[in-house]
Amino acid sequence: MVLKDVINRVPENLIIKKNVAMIDATGVYYRDLNSLLRSLDGNGIEKIEIRNVYGQRYIGTDLDGHIKIDVYGTPGNDLGAFMKGANITVHGNVQDGCGNTMDHGQIVVHGRAGDLVGHSMRGGKIFIRDDAGYRVGIHMKEYLGKRPFIVIGGTAQDFLGEYMAGGVLVVLGINIKESRHNARFVGTGMHGGTMYIRGEVHHLGEEVEVTDLEEDDFRLLGNLVDEFCSYYGLDAEKILESKFNKLVPVSSRPYGNLYAY
Amino acid sequence: MKSYVSPEYIVERDQDRCIRCKVCVNQCSYETHYYDEEDDIILSRNENCVNCQRCATFCPTQAITIRENPNHYRSNANWTQEAIAGIKKQAETGGVVLTGMGCDKPNLTYWDRLLLNASQVTNPSIDPLREPMEMRTYIGSKPDSLELDMEECGGVMLKTKLAPQLRLETPIMFSAMSYGSISLNVHKSLARAASEVGTFYNTGEGGLEKSLYKYGDHVIVQVASGRFGVHSEYLNAGAAIEIKIGQGAKPGIGGHLPGEKVSKEISETRMIPVGTDALSPAPQHDIYSIEDLRQLIYALKEATDYTKPVFVKIAAVHNSAAIASGIVRAGADAVVLDGVRGGTGAAPRIIRDNVGIPIEMALASVDQRLRDEGIRNKASVIAAGGIKSSADVLKAIALGADAVYIATAALVALGCTVCQKCYTGKCPWGIATTDLWLTKRINPDLGAKRLAGLLRGWSLEIMEMMGGMGINAIESVRGNRLLLRGVGLTDKELKILGIRMAGE
Repeated sequence: MVLKDVINRVPENLIIKKNVAMIDATGVYYRDLNSLLRSLDGNGIEKIEIRNVYGQRYIGTDLDGHIKIDVYGTPGNDLGAFMKGANITVHGNVQDGCGNTMDHGQIVVHGRAGDLVGHSMRGGKIFIRDDAGYRVGIHMKEYLGKRPFIVIGGTAQDFLGEYMAGGVLVVLGINIKESRHNARFVGTGMHGGTMYIRGEVHHLGEEVEVTDLEEDDFRLLGNLVDEFCSYYGLDAEKILESKFNKLVPVSSRPYGNLYAY
Repeated sequence: MKSYVSPEYIVERDQDRCIRCKVCVNQCSYETHYYDEEDDIILSRNENCVNCQRCATFCPTQAITIRENPNHYRSNANWTQEAIAGIKKQAETGGVVLTGMGCDKPNLTYWDRLLLNASQVTNPSIDPLREPMEMRTYIGSKPDSLELDMEECGGVMLKTKLAPQLRLETPIMFSAMSYGSISLNVHKSLARAASEVGTFYNTGEGGLEKSLYKYGDHVIVQVASGRFGVHSEYLNAGAAIEIKIGQGAKPGIGGHLPGEKVSKEISETRMIPVGTDALSPAPQHDIYSIEDLRQLIYALKEATDYTKPVFVKIAAVHNSAAIASGIVRAGADAVVLDGVRGGTGAAPRIIRDNVGIPIEMALASVDQRLRDEGIRNKASVIAAGGIKSSADVLKAIALGADAVYIATAALVALGCTVCQKCYTGKCPWGIATTDLWLTKRINPDLGAKRLAGLLRGWSLEIMEMMGGMGINAIESVRGNRLLLRGVGLTDKELKILGIRMAGE
């Protein structure tokens, strides 16, 4: 589909100015919205602003290239599912499954997130300014050059980093009471990757151990926190002054001795 | 600790026939046979033997016989050899007893108690050798009605936009077996055979190896709870996508590909580091309800721009019919039912043999439920788990399946002898292994030929049976339960299967 067809087809809610497309998503069904995004993608459009988003799912899925998308409102579940390179900024909260099985690209959320942030994510970065729900970073994995990163500004709920097999998960605990996270079963089944948590975690899975940060950790963490703060206008130095706990798996083979051969 | 478990098999060697060629020594990956240089004799360690028959098959002088160990415990209908040996093994290891392949108990199969019809006198049978037989079928969602455009010249055009379909030249596909549980050469054999015959092979959950992308038109890519090797390119590489919820051999549980099997090659396709356990959680963590399933189905449709059918595979369990109804309403293009006899590369024996229900019952009840609800056309139904002959295929279709999946039968075609030791990763037939020394034993050219031969043979048999019933299209068999009669079944069994007793 060429751009001309797109403009002919949906003249009311789409405005194109140079390389920027503006979409009014009021009352637009998610399939139509995503179909429109796909038709804009790869047609010289560099940035798409979508306004009045109310629960449309799968925004960012199946978009090629490195198109930049600004979402105003509340996108629906599975934002950026299977995403392969788009760069999404959400001016609002996101729902469940943000970055589900994401491969590449970036999601920056100016708000809070539901459950399952970055489920099985293999690459790219997700930044959540406020809190996130249950099972954040579950089964994240990494491979060679593919390494996913999630930074949560607030706190997260139970089963944080469950089954985690790779990647880096940071929880900054900004604004939590008594620097104590309430999440339980943190890192249950974890067998790869690293978590950095600012503040105390009181309930860990059996497969996790807490260690101190080393020089490499501080470098990596510093870069991530700098980047996080650059999106939200926060003071990285102040955040980094506090103590962080590093959570790593006890073994890369947690269930190696379950069986009678 | 001394093991109290006695060897299951005894290797007998006719020393008069043995020429000390050491083929058996080289072929056995369990190190059962060894050559004693001093005495110039080949001896065997019985305790290592799994009775895979590799050595006996390749012995040039037929000097080897494998026998079940005659040293049985005292016969007991309850305390069987398997029960006693299993307990001893668990006492010694404190672990879960693993096994491979499908359930080996005799009490769970119904195919053999179903019989097909044939024409006699009142309607003519058809000779498939001389008359056309339609074996082609399509997998995918069918519309409630068709709208046609009549053209002035007399032509007819289809106005209804059809959902994406898979075209099968024979109603048999190769079921999911992951790269890692089986070797790349087996995947190559399956992919080539599927392409040649005009059917499909399923990747399983281990991703699609790069060299197999070219067979994409005949590949079904699987998305399971581990999401190994799942990315946009993979999803778009295949002709269809299958969401794996469950497997007949191990309903309700996940899977662990042990770190030993995650070699460099496997790690590249699964996209995980070498030597780490590949853990597939029991549930898909983004699916806790039918609504969530719908969300994943449509995420996959979005990721492939609605160009590919999405299957949902479940193990056959007690309320499969209600679940299948939910799956169809969630937007799946096909429901895959895997029965209790379905195979596996590794499963706890206790689960394999005790969890789930027979495919025949699940299939009949699912087909009936979808018909009763008026949604049978919205999705195809694929039956899997324990199909071991062309008659089973035809019976499954008559019970309501659009097509079947076979896996164990395909491996048997390649050499597998169903020794049930797939989980060791040492398959002497070069099938369920990633050891490069063993995987060479499958030559993909010959493997593809053997598999294509099996499909051709079964297809010919199906055509003969169909012709015998006076039917010339496989789609006329689908759900046509009048073609079946039961023997040795209770009224309740007949009712669930929706068939009559022989003689009725």
